[in-house]
Amino acid sequence: MPPESEKQGTEAPIPTGTGASDAGSGIESDGARVIDADAGDGRQGGGPWAIAWRRLRRNKVALFSLAVFLLICICCLLAPVWANHVADTGPNTTHTLEKLHEGGEVKEVVEPSGKAIGPQWFAAGGKFFLGADGHLGRDEMVRLLYGGRSSLFIGIVAAIITTILAVIFGLLSGYYGGFTDTVISRIMDVVWAFPVVLLALSLGIVLAVGGLVIGPIHVKQSSLWIPTLIIGFVYTPYMARPLRGEVLALREKEFIEAAVAQGAGTTRILFVELLPNLMSTIIVFFTLNIANNMLLEAVLSYLGAGVQPPSSSWGTMISEGFGALYSQPLLTIIPGTAILLTVLSVNVFGDGLRDALDPKSKVRFEARAGTAEPEGSAAV
Amino acid sequence: MLRFIVRRLFGAIAVLFAISVLVFLIFNVVPATNPAQRIAGKNATPQLIENVEEEWGFNKSLPEQYWTQMKLIFTGKVVSYNSHVNVDTRIREGIPATASLCIGAAIIWLSFGFLFGFLSAVRAGGFTDRALTALALTGISMPVFWLASILLYYLTYKIELFPASGYEPLSDPGKWFSHLILPWVSLAILYAGFYSRVLRSSMLDVMNEDYVRTARAKGLSSRRVMVRHVLRNSLIPVITLFGLDFGVLIGGGAIVTESLFNIEGVGYFAAEALATQDFPSIMALSLFGAFFIVLFNTFVDFAYAYLDPRIRLGTSAT
Amino acid sequence: MSATPETSAIRADASGGPLLAVEDLRVGFATEDGRVQAVDGVTFELEPGEVLAIVGESGSGKSVTAQTIIGLTRSPNSHIEGSVRLSGEELTTQSESELQKVRGSKIAMIFQDPMTSLNPVYSVGKQIVEAIRAHDSSVKKSKAREQAIELLGAVGIPDAERRVDDYPHEFSGGMRQRAMIAMGLALEPSVLIADEPTTALDVTIQAQILHLIQDLNRSRGLATILITHDLGVVAEVADRVLVMYGGKVVEQGTLDDIFYDPQHPYTWGLLGSLTRLDQPRPHRLPQISGAPPSLLNLPKGCAFRPRCPHEFGKCKEVPGLDARLSEDPGHRDRCWLQPEQKRKLREIEGRIGLEEPA
Repeated sequence: MPPESEKQGTEAPIPTGTGASDAGSGIESDGARVIDADAGDGRQGGGPWAIAWRRLRRNKVALFSLAVFLLICICCLLAPVWANHVADTGPNTTHTLEKLHEGGEVKEVVEPSGKAIGPQWFAAGGKFFLGADGHLGRDEMVRLLYGGRSSLFIGIVAAIITTILAVIFGLLSGYYGGFTDTVISRIMDVVWAFPVVLLALSLGIVLAVGGLVIGPIHVKQSSLWIPTLIIGFVYTPYMARPLRGEVLALREKEFIEAAVAQGAGTTRILFVELLPNLMSTIIVFFTLNIANNMLLEAVLSYLGAGVQPPSSSWGTMISEGFGALYSQPLLTIIPGTAILLTVLSVNVFGDGLRDALDPKSKVRFEARAGTAEPEGSAAV
Repeated sequence: MLRFIVRRLFGAIAVLFAISVLVFLIFNVVPATNPAQRIAGKNATPQLIENVEEEWGFNKSLPEQYWTQMKLIFTGKVVSYNSHVNVDTRIREGIPATASLCIGAAIIWLSFGFLFGFLSAVRAGGFTDRALTALALTGISMPVFWLASILLYYLTYKIELFPASGYEPLSDPGKWFSHLILPWVSLAILYAGFYSRVLRSSMLDVMNEDYVRTARAKGLSSRRVMVRHVLRNSLIPVITLFGLDFGVLIGGGAIVTESLFNIEGVGYFAAEALATQDFPSIMALSLFGAFFIVLFNTFVDFAYAYLDPRIRLGTSAT
Repeated sequence: MSATPETSAIRADASGGPLLAVEDLRVGFATEDGRVQAVDGVTFELEPGEVLAIVGESGSGKSVTAQTIIGLTRSPNSHIEGSVRLSGEELTTQSESELQKVRGSKIAMIFQDPMTSLNPVYSVGKQIVEAIRAHDSSVKKSKAREQAIELLGAVGIPDAERRVDDYPHEFSGGMRQRAMIAMGLALEPSVLIADEPTTALDVTIQAQILHLIQDLNRSRGLATILITHDLGVVAEVADRVLVMYGGKVVEQGTLDDIFYDPQHPYTWGLLGSLTRLDQPRPHRLPQISGAPPSLLNLPKGCAFRPRCPHEFGKCKEVPGLDARLSEDPGHRDRCWLQPEQKRKLREIEGRIGLEEPA
């Protein structure tokens, strides 16, 4: 019997399909596709959720990212704790004329030239941990934490809004088809064709002057809800379209026919039959949407069309810091890094989540957020 | 094929129309304050406001307003009351800069995106793949101004490797190039990461297809299978995306990059207009941008039809 | 690195030995849930001009066996052992580029779903031309195109001159499969492997395709391995039959052997579930109870044990694939039952079948 070939795989025959970006989480070769090892009861049981959960658990990198993100959220939530107990100051309190007396030295918080003190880390017991900002002398760390609250709030709540709207539109459009579909799709097309940032900017600018008034509802221009609603609205087509596509595909499947034959009403079909099948797409989109939203918020705020004073966010901090880029680069770099870390952790986790739920997922919503530039589309 | 083209063109026009209506609504109907006042700008005298009302039709019915404003914009008569510059002229002056920025960046990001995406897919699951994926994800997660600020600070200030700002016309190629390098890199890094991911996932999907297996079974060389079968069929989503992205950018979408690097293109103009709340300009720019998007959307549709005969010929019953 | 010295001498000589000899082929895959042994010691031979049918359910290993013959299952997660010899030349040790010369030109393979198995963006003619020129780049495109038209005509596609430039989606299912077959024949291979060629087609078209394959086998002496789960298909065209279950061959013999004197309970089950016009109608549609085994977790001993109503003590030992009928050494099976017992047990209501477990 001839020895087993040493040549197997060394000449890089075309790798037969791996969707996993993480080698550890399983690679199915052409043969496995043929033999359908899924059939039968050899597998440790559990439905698709259990299987996905197991896959996710194996992806250490993704879990670590999730932990990082949660850590950031917790820190920002605890902003008042830091402000009151460690730094002893608020996010808007200026310390222009003060001096720092720690470690035997006396430093001016803001020098006459306008240059503010750099990161002290723990030298002053936590005060001015990351330094002071510009000539206003505010505690950068405190501002960072409070700003993070705004950014995270907007990112997450806007994602919720987008998800709800997208699910509704996607379900209605995909399931009913016909006129409803045409109307909704055309509207989505127009919003979609409008460059995301431009649309958001336009709305932002417009609403920045005077706030939003819809009948009795009056939203202040400085409210965080304005950028939240704008961002939530603007990204809806990017999620609604793929969802609609999936609904269209699912609609033809037998289990829907069966449900209809059993006399199930439309509401029931939509929410009990269709929705659970869309969950994995929805979850992944939602996660990656958070990343996109935070980046969009940063751009909007940077350009003055997002969070309005007196509220602040990481985006506004960057905008303020940019004026002093060469003298105090940290003022721009620090909030930018905060955004980068947060968005990266969400993206990595979202990526791992998608791999766990369906390594060969056909419907993809890539994290398009990197573009502070207006995007054509985020859905692939 | 002809029918396809005609249908698409009509669709494009319809969408443009809808966008113009949307722009109109956003700027005139949504806000809570007096639109004429906003158009007239910050330094408006009551007389100016009245003039604006006349010229822009605010004292007429909505449809008439719409028509008047669109006429103004499309015939290039819109003048920004703040800066007293004809918007149309300003946009046209900005096009070379924007084009230089976008085309250069596109070349860079497509090259790297393709290279990395291809490598990632071919060595999927391996170390190369994971490293490139990490790189791509980081690129995608970067806020543009963060990257720009780091590049500006370290490469133009600390070490004066590149000039900090401004756009130099093509007449001086050396300067033109050195002024554009950093903005190109800034812009490209974002997109390169994304494109490599898209190509990678598209290729992985295609590699699983039955026809790739058939191609191998025919005895084709690995290279031929990879290029003529896998890559060819993986291009569709990438091209679709590129068309849209490029359309957005060239229509003035590179707002942040242009303003950060002082490249006085269309995007720069847009940033300025936004900062000064110059509504006439913003409206015109929105339409300008939307126009390019629709245009490129249409190009993409055509490219799609060219690439996939099923679209072109219509799937026949089997 | 090619064949070993002893075998290279017989490479060109097909008359001496079998055309294709597979010996103790084993194929395992590493999946995220563990190792799956898809093919576990398969041995068979294919003579020139013969039609060999490999029958089994999904997961039996039949497709993997076929694909492994031409090396399609090679990957970092697959582990392949055993020998595959074409006219004496060993294939398992050949490099990828050496195998590429064999694929298509000496052994051609066609697959189940012609819609997805043909690249939708190239015309059928182009894909055939590609196959031709890949093996001989000196052939001019125009010549190759003519050949393609001839081939399409030979497999029964009308108006081949015009259709050669059509895209796959412009063909009907049956025509597409014919085009696939034409592509397979382009280089005049000596072996055709057809993996479930009719499964994705309508029943009426199935018969046409089978006829085509039979014609090609007879007129060109094209040795064929036909993979299917449908015994009805087998009865039409096969000379010999291999029945696979759980990655192993559980019975092999001539067509008559299998249909008239089947020795393995699984084969009885397969036969029993055929509806036949020439036999008494059963009370209910018979089926083999239970499900195919998970390849991650094969039962100990005989893999068919959990579904076999006739299992007894000895079945805990894995039966060997042996010729248990002294008068017919070519007919082998993997069942510990004595031949006389088998003859009795397989008769259910006047036909061959498998009882439900008690």
